[in-house]
Amino acid sequence: MTDATRCFHCGGRLNDKPIAAKIDGHSRSVCSTDCANVVTRIAAIGLNDFYKFREEPAPADRASNKAPRSWATYERPALKKEFVSVLSNGHEVAEILIHGVHCAACTWLIETTLQKKPGTISVEVNPITTRAEITYNPDRVTLSALLSEIAKLGFTPIPFTEHHVQQAAEKEFRTAMRRLLVAGLGMMQVVSYAVAMYAGAFQGMDESMLEFFRLISLIVATPVVLYSGAPFFSGAWRNLRARALNMDVPVALAIGAAWLASVWNTFAGSGDVFFDSATMFVFFLSGTRLLEAAARHRALDLTKTLAQQIPSTAIRLTAAGHEEIAVIELELGDTVLVAQGNTFPADGQLQGSRTQVDESMLTGESTAVPKLAGDEIIAGSINVGSTAQMRVDKIGADTVLAQIGRLVANASSEKPALIQLTDRIASFFVLTVLAVATITGLVWWQIDASRTFEIVLTVLVVTCPCALALATPAAFTVATSKLAKQGFLIRRGNAIPTLARVQHVVADKTGTLTDSTLTIAEVETYGQTDARSARRIAAALEVHSTHPIARAFRSESEAEIAVAPATDVDNVVSRGLEGTIDGIRYRLGSLDYVSGFAEVPQSDSSAPEPDRRDVYLVRDDTPLARFALTEHLRAGAPATVHALKQLGIEVTIASGDRAAAVAACARNVGANGWRADLLPEDKLALLRELREAGNIVAAIGDGLNDSPVLAGADVSIAMGTGTSVAQHSANCVWLGQQLAGLEDAFVMARKTMGIVKQNLGWALAYNTLAIPLAVGGWIAPWMAALGMSLSSLLVMLNALRLARSPASTAITAQSSQECCSGAPEPAT
Amino acid sequence: MSIIFTLIPVGLVLLLVAVAAFFWAVRSGQYEDLDSPAWRVILDDDRAPPPQEPESAEDQPP
Repeated sequence: MTDATRCFHCGGRLNDKPIAAKIDGHSRSVCSTDCANVVTRIAAIGLNDFYKFREEPAPADRASNKAPRSWATYERPALKKEFVSVLSNGHEVAEILIHGVHCAACTWLIETTLQKKPGTISVEVNPITTRAEITYNPDRVTLSALLSEIAKLGFTPIPFTEHHVQQAAEKEFRTAMRRLLVAGLGMMQVVSYAVAMYAGAFQGMDESMLEFFRLISLIVATPVVLYSGAPFFSGAWRNLRARALNMDVPVALAIGAAWLASVWNTFAGSGDVFFDSATMFVFFLSGTRLLEAAARHRALDLTKTLAQQIPSTAIRLTAAGHEEIAVIELELGDTVLVAQGNTFPADGQLQGSRTQVDESMLTGESTAVPKLAGDEIIAGSINVGSTAQMRVDKIGADTVLAQIGRLVANASSEKPALIQLTDRIASFFVLTVLAVATITGLVWWQIDASRTFEIVLTVLVVTCPCALALATPAAFTVATSKLAKQGFLIRRGNAIPTLARVQHVVADKTGTLTDSTLTIAEVETYGQTDARSARRIAAALEVHSTHPIARAFRSESEAEIAVAPATDVDNVVSRGLEGTIDGIRYRLGSLDYVSGFAEVPQSDSSAPEPDRRDVYLVRDDTPLARFALTEHLRAGAPATVHALKQLGIEVTIASGDRAAAVAACARNVGANGWRADLLPEDKLALLRELREAGNIVAAIGDGLNDSPVLAGADVSIAMGTGTSVAQHSANCVWLGQQLAGLEDAFVMARKTMGIVKQNLGWALAYNTLAIPLAVGGWIAPWMAALGMSLSSLLVMLNALRLARSPASTAITAQSSQECCSGAPEPAT
Repeated sequence: MSIIFTLIPVGLVLLLVAVAAFFWAVRSGQYEDLDSPAWRVILDDDRAPPPQEPESAEDQPP
């Protein structure tokens, strides 16, 4: 439902003079001319349904600073061949990622718009991976025309040059899918033949018919065992060669033994066959493997890969002038020009005049870092100062960013600790099983040699810890995918057992409990100053800062700043800015910062509320204005904190902000405690203190100042609206705009561990009870096989119970922070 | 009952067809995106757009 106080298109805050855009016969308010252009464009194409069907609107698209000056740059051969392929009939297929897409309505909008252009053959956009494949006839439409069409709708298309990253996960997923299909179809056939044979055992069946059924079961079961079961055999073989014993070994033994015995009995013409158990077993295990592969395939959030932080185009300076080229065409020693607001495409050294650089994607610090000529600049950082020149020193895979990417990729492939524990138990178990089976065989050989094989087989099958093998992964996989649908992404499996045991949550304030936007609530002017020019002057100064305060001033559309840009700007971190505009020196900042310049009158009404921050503008020795800025709590924050407390978890707010603001936030939200004025080292010390007291601590942050804290906690949750580096170093990511629903993750983790315990208990009980019975020869092989299948089934069904628990709120992974085209960059 | 000697092999042939169909489906990427097909049925893309100005020159290939 449209909120009249927000931009109709991107959901951002409206100015005091909102712009109107007409669509569907109504006039809607939007925040900027760019949003107005998009709305008009959508109306012109006739796709107004987009607004009816999309999920929430979202803040501005942060990838817009990676768009090139001209889309034609993507047609340069060196770049084009990285993401466009040519078909035999001359048509071209382009693979791109579209930033800003996360729900089906967006994909429909893009697909329909592009399809209306003559020359487009087909368009397919995947809302989960944001990948798009466009097939077009280059004689009738150009690639740049198609890309600019996407941009006009408010999205940012980016060439998908790293399909190799996705290809591995995709191949794994497809292979797992095929194996599961074969196992599933084969299993259904073999089980129905088995039912016929069981019926025959009771009612009597012709020998020839029995032989027929056995043969036909063999024919169907063999591909299942050899193709779908191949991963288990190769895994077991790898383990044996490495002299380790994990779950794959008993699994492979059981499947192999059951199949071999059945093949033998088929050709021998008598005895039981166990094809049904073998296939059922393969099917269930293949199912869990597929779920894991699918989770990995989807969780690969391609727009957040660190390499995507670097733009695809850059402006190279040569003797001949400026040239916009593809980044892969860059060579060491080239000089690139990076305009204000754009991203540096490579590691290098600053040349010429100084500038300020935002390295928040790396350090989490959003305050600009001043750089002088000769200083090093990292690829992926954003130039927030004036246009800069840089000499290229490292490109592509050699950059700091790429190195970090490799570290993160390695770290995320480690196995969760709990599964390692199960593997260790399994190896002990396997040795015991083999020992027991051998002894049983030897003993029975003495007593009644004819039954030896049958009994040894039964012992092997019954002791196979298949339920144990399935118990933990099944529960984890179901829980992970259920939570993912609710917007809680678990990047590493060991988060679940830890989440279940969390006793204390340390939460950041700015950007986590509050959304990171500040707005100007009130402007008080002194003397003759009028509010408009005061705001313009302040905005001109704040352009040079990336602190959250600066964005409050920047909500003015660029076109409204009529003052000359500020020169000679001095940015004193966390205190204020000083600059010259039109020859006059101004200072903008906190009270004690500006007091150095001018005396500011304190009227009685100006006692600030604790969560309000006042910023003053002064000139020479004259105070000009006071801006009161307020923060907004995220929706649902108090409810979430309350829910956590109900679960027995204590909540502490740890913030770098000043005491009055943090205390007020703690009061509003209902936290157990709060600490203010903390530097990152202090936050880390707090964590250590809590953990030494025996608590299991979870940290929630959004990356600004939080990376060390997220690394130091037992389990960490990064906000989806935060920095990419934070998300890559945290265990989990919360994608919702609101906080409501976050507590579900903790509840689900507890439930999951409960289910895991049930599964493990059942699996162990079954195995322990069944072994003596099997050794004593009281269980027929078919009973053992049935028992094995049923216990696996029981474990899976028990795990599936997790999928049925209702969510407290219906936040889906689709209502993430970047859904549905934010404020676009100006059309070229 | 000896008809079953014929019926089951026929069933097996059907099974092979099913497996082939599934393999084709996996290869052509049918399982990549399971959410948006549900939406496409509802979203209506044949509404006629209001009359608009002719396409600007930049959209045509050189």
